[in-house]
Amino acid sequence: MDTVLLISQVIMGLALILTFVRVVRGPSLPDRVVALELFSTTVVGLVGVYAIQSGVASFLDAAIVIALMGFLAAIGFARFLERGGPRDD
Amino acid sequence: MIEAIKGALLLTGSLFMLLAAVGLLRLPDLLTRMHATTKAAALGVILIMLAAAMHFSEVGVVARSFAVIVFILMTAPVAAHVIGRAGYFVGSRLWSGTVKDELRPNYDPLTHELKSGLETYENAKRQPRATDPD
Repeated sequence: MDTVLLISQVIMGLALILTFVRVVRGPSLPDRVVALELFSTTVVGLVGVYAIQSGVASFLDAAIVIALMGFLAAIGFARFLERGGPRDD
Repeated sequence: MIEAIKGALLLTGSLFMLLAAVGLLRLPDLLTRMHATTKAAALGVILIMLAAAMHFSEVGVVARSFAVIVFILMTAPVAAHVIGRAGYFVGSRLWSGTVKDELRPNYDPLTHELKSGLETYENAKRQPRATDPD
């Protein structure tokens, strides 16, 4: 079981790295917003795996809060983008 | 048995997250990238939370992980819709292989107005109903 946990953590770490490449490279601002949202979703998964690994169920509350924060950040970024009008980047 | 199912759920969930990240990196434009991340990452989180629920197997923890699942299922489409709408309106370029963009002839970027395709003089006239008060 420990090996499986470690493997899934490594895979999700790899996913975080790939997502971060898109955050850095992303040609426009909406691409970066999508990448940051995927970032928060992946972190929710990592927190869930860590809750299994450490045996502390309270980490799931942290996962709920992170998911909520990611959603609100996405909504806020979208409002901000739409208010700004057409962009050229 | 439980251990095997748990391990399979964890590995599948993390592989779906890796798939979402690869899709985000490899696909050509904003809408296709969103299509990859929203669904695959939501499925990954759902599988991992199911594994957590099976691992703890207490009522409170199972309820909390199901709360995470329901929350992800409710918010992921809304966030994707809002970001896709904002991305289209700020003028992000579509992929060169896009077959059809149905919003383009109906949306005026200067006045920020959407047409429904039903704006004829016939439809603009008042059409009273029999139940209307005089």
